[in-house]
Amino acid sequence: MHKLQTEVLVIGGGATGTGVVWDAALRGFKTILVERRDLTHGTTGRFHGLLHSGGRYAVKDPHGAEECIRENQILRKTHAHCIEDTSGFFVVTPEDEGDDYPEKFVAGCNAVGIPCSEIPVAEALRREPLLNPRISRVFEVPDGSADGFLAAHATVNAARVAGAQIMTYHEVDELIVEERSGERHVVGARVHNVVTGEHIVIYADIIVNAAGAWSGKLAAMAGAEVVILPSKGTMVAMNHRLVNTVINRCKMPSDGDILVPSHTVCIIGTTSVTVPNPEPLRIEPWEVQKMLDEGEKIVPGFSKARVLRAWAGVRPLFQETYTGGGRDVTRKLALLDHSQREGIKGFLTITGGKWTTFRLMAEATVDTICEHLGTQRPCTTATTPVPGAEQGNYWVGHRLHDVEEQRLQGDLICECELVTRTMLENAVQRNPALTLDDLRRDVRLGKGPCQGGFCTYRAVGILNEMESAGNWNHDMLDESADTMQWNAAHLQSPAHNLTRDVTAGNGKGHSAESPTVFNPNLLLRDFLQERWKGVTPVLWGRQLKQERLDELIYLSLMNIDHLPDDELASPVTDFYNFDTTPGPFEPEPKKVG
Amino acid sequence: MHTESWQSVGPSLDECIKCNICTSYCPVASVTDLFPGPKYAGPQSQRFRENGQPHSPDHSVDYCSGCRVCNEVCPTGVKIAEINARARAHMAAEEGIPLRNRLLGRNELLGKVGSIAPPLANFGLHNQLSRVLADKVFGIAQDSKLPRWPKGGTFGKWVKKTQDQRLKSDKKVVYYHGCGTMYYEPFIGQATVAVLEHNGYEVIVPPQNCCGLPLLSNGEFDEAEKYHDNNVNKLVGYARDGFDIIGTTPSCTLTLKEEAPELLDKHDADSTDLKMAVWDIFEWIRERWEEGDFRTDFRPINMILPYHAPCQYRAHRVGKPALEILQLIPELDVRESCARCCGSAGTYGYKKEKHLIAMAVGKELFDFVAVQGPGVTMTASDTETCRWQIELGTGLPSRHPIEIVAAAYGLYNLESRQLTN
Repeated sequence: MHKLQTEVLVIGGGATGTGVVWDAALRGFKTILVERRDLTHGTTGRFHGLLHSGGRYAVKDPHGAEECIRENQILRKTHAHCIEDTSGFFVVTPEDEGDDYPEKFVAGCNAVGIPCSEIPVAEALRREPLLNPRISRVFEVPDGSADGFLAAHATVNAARVAGAQIMTYHEVDELIVEERSGERHVVGARVHNVVTGEHIVIYADIIVNAAGAWSGKLAAMAGAEVVILPSKGTMVAMNHRLVNTVINRCKMPSDGDILVPSHTVCIIGTTSVTVPNPEPLRIEPWEVQKMLDEGEKIVPGFSKARVLRAWAGVRPLFQETYTGGGRDVTRKLALLDHSQREGIKGFLTITGGKWTTFRLMAEATVDTICEHLGTQRPCTTATTPVPGAEQGNYWVGHRLHDVEEQRLQGDLICECELVTRTMLENAVQRNPALTLDDLRRDVRLGKGPCQGGFCTYRAVGILNEMESAGNWNHDMLDESADTMQWNAAHLQSPAHNLTRDVTAGNGKGHSAESPTVFNPNLLLRDFLQERWKGVTPVLWGRQLKQERLDELIYLSLMNIDHLPDDELASPVTDFYNFDTTPGPFEPEPKKVG
Repeated sequence: MHTESWQSVGPSLDECIKCNICTSYCPVASVTDLFPGPKYAGPQSQRFRENGQPHSPDHSVDYCSGCRVCNEVCPTGVKIAEINARARAHMAAEEGIPLRNRLLGRNELLGKVGSIAPPLANFGLHNQLSRVLADKVFGIAQDSKLPRWPKGGTFGKWVKKTQDQRLKSDKKVVYYHGCGTMYYEPFIGQATVAVLEHNGYEVIVPPQNCCGLPLLSNGEFDEAEKYHDNNVNKLVGYARDGFDIIGTTPSCTLTLKEEAPELLDKHDADSTDLKMAVWDIFEWIRERWEEGDFRTDFRPINMILPYHAPCQYRAHRVGKPALEILQLIPELDVRESCARCCGSAGTYGYKKEKHLIAMAVGKELFDFVAVQGPGVTMTASDTETCRWQIELGTGLPSRHPIEIVAAAYGLYNLESRQLTN
């Protein structure tokens, strides 16, 4: 059995875990991160991409708001290329009138230092022509739109450069707890590579539980209790941007009151439903309907625009001895030192918070790690931009601009999202990828209107070709030196992927070890199933037309329901399978608290 | 720049299901790599173009000729050509408009200036040196076919001169002749008046100006809006009084009917009343014929006539009424081209960097004409720039179908392009 020794072991490859591994590596700790699937597979890959100004929490949760604005200003520097500077409006729609919330909002913003200015409604309508003309007041705050996928890669890339080791597709089976002079110590974790089945023991001086909504389950392995309120939030993406500014309703935070422009789409969210388990998450028809109804109040006509897909994420809300509903739980970060709580040494849980505050959460965590390990090393993440930040903020047209400037029109694999062949190949070679869904997170493959209709079979063909040539890097453990040097910032840029980087492939291939996972038929089926999962809740109108065409391509033309390797499954196949039986339209359940 | 609204063309990108039928039909994309195709330039790129960006992300959309074949074949109703026209206007607003495109956008002004002294203007424009200079300095393709100013003066002048001879009747129509007929081809207007009067209609020729299409095609939306507003002011009264307003250039009538209101977001009552009253002449004639109110006392015309229904005509979505009417003429062997586009697409073919593309697009049509046999002496098409392009590509004269109909009535000489009386 493979054994590894490290100082810090971080469990969970979402925003929080990637932040911790970055911070710890910068402070010179030997650090390993394990994630049971791809980076951002959990909540980080399913949020609506809002870089909070803090305005949303200004009235109800001043502490959370203060953290947001501080981190907002820091991330704009450290992760500039992962952020689009959209700005944000808080609008008073006719439904929001009649109380003094706007005054409280302004006072709240002022109290915690969120720049907030009221702008004339006419000015707001000039900038956002589709906005409800019946809004009575508009406040502008420094909200932004963030690419959580790219940010995780950029953060991890910075950590790698500082010496950290990142192990995706490694799942924790067990935490190793030892009794030392009457005290319980968590000294390591037994993990296995979900692709090859290989078992690895990682010994660490301290273990950080950054498993988000799954952190209760992980803590239980150490005998610790972490009560997470998994709060499901359903989001709906529209086919194109209806607004270019983040639009919030100026009222107490509630369902469906934020509309975020995110790359080529805009996302409305969310619901907030406490669920017993973080997965599987079922999207109820009332949730989709509610998002459209609420969207209508921000942009009249919203519900008639084309809906792209719907998905749900799960917030890892944490509050001690709390029994109420999800909206009332603080968004403040929660760092649980289990040595103080239960006397379990060497084990920390970091949870709560927001994507916007992931760096701060990491800072607090690694500060505590320093205390535990008896060393003083100052945090430098706030002043150390990750590689790529020098490119500045991205803008929605950047890919089209690259494709046009470099004349890459003939090289497009995913036409909707402008993914070129070399972008795909380099992502596969430089970034461990197991499924097409990983490539979706890396380069936005299949995220556009046709939802994989045309790019899926093309991408599978390319991967099959690369696999045959031994150019597919699916080794999740050994990272070659040039992978470390590689700039994740270029993952999504057609102009930075003009030539295929032949040096990056490890040339080993993988087919001998695990033939089933790299079966092209399986790749094809899993990705189509994954895309289908998000389309089924919104299967009407134009998206239904689209799916009819996709169905003709894959079912009629390619006969994909009868592939030769139909019984094969990858470690993530189960995740994509879901109950497609449409349920009856249940009304929204009454909320408690 | 005009802002987005639900009524504007942008949201129609939601209809696109990426089938690429438009790409496979696009006459431009099939002859050059410089244009990546309608789906790419239209609904696909539109998701990457938003207000408040640092700059327009793309420029290949400039190679869209605006022929609207994409709209014609789109199974889901994306307003592709209009999305492209708007993108060009955004670019024009940002980067400025070259003098050449400003000139091409103002054919009405050029027509007016040249009409002051036609022989001088013709000499000035059509000598070899001028064409070389126009090519080198302005980028107006040297080999493209520019119109000539007629010796006899403008159509307006003829109407005024012959006003006592014009038929007075209870049955009246309003004629929107457009700039081509006004300044370069007054004989088209004369043939039209002759045909309408032969059918007992009094023809009202009201003051009017350019429809604004050349400006729209070249991205000068603000200027085009002024033209459109002027036309609405001058013509809406006739529309309200119940007159049909008929035009002989399908691209002009399409602009009044659809393009100007859509591209300029003109959905007010006046624009709408006007567009509801506008007809292409053969669309209108076909209605009369179906009602039994159109004379078919045609003399036989014994010839083979290759006919091309312009792409801008097909964009009216009224079928091919000119073809139906021409087929009523005894012994006339009308052969429909079925070509996608002549290539000219308004002012596109006049641009130096696009002229060869335009000729390559037109090849489908020119080859069609060539295989109809050596006996072919002329072709027919409804739009002037198409006719000029077909003449350039085939070496044969080209006529408007209304000229053919006038000739079949015995009112018009197809060779000399003059009324016979």
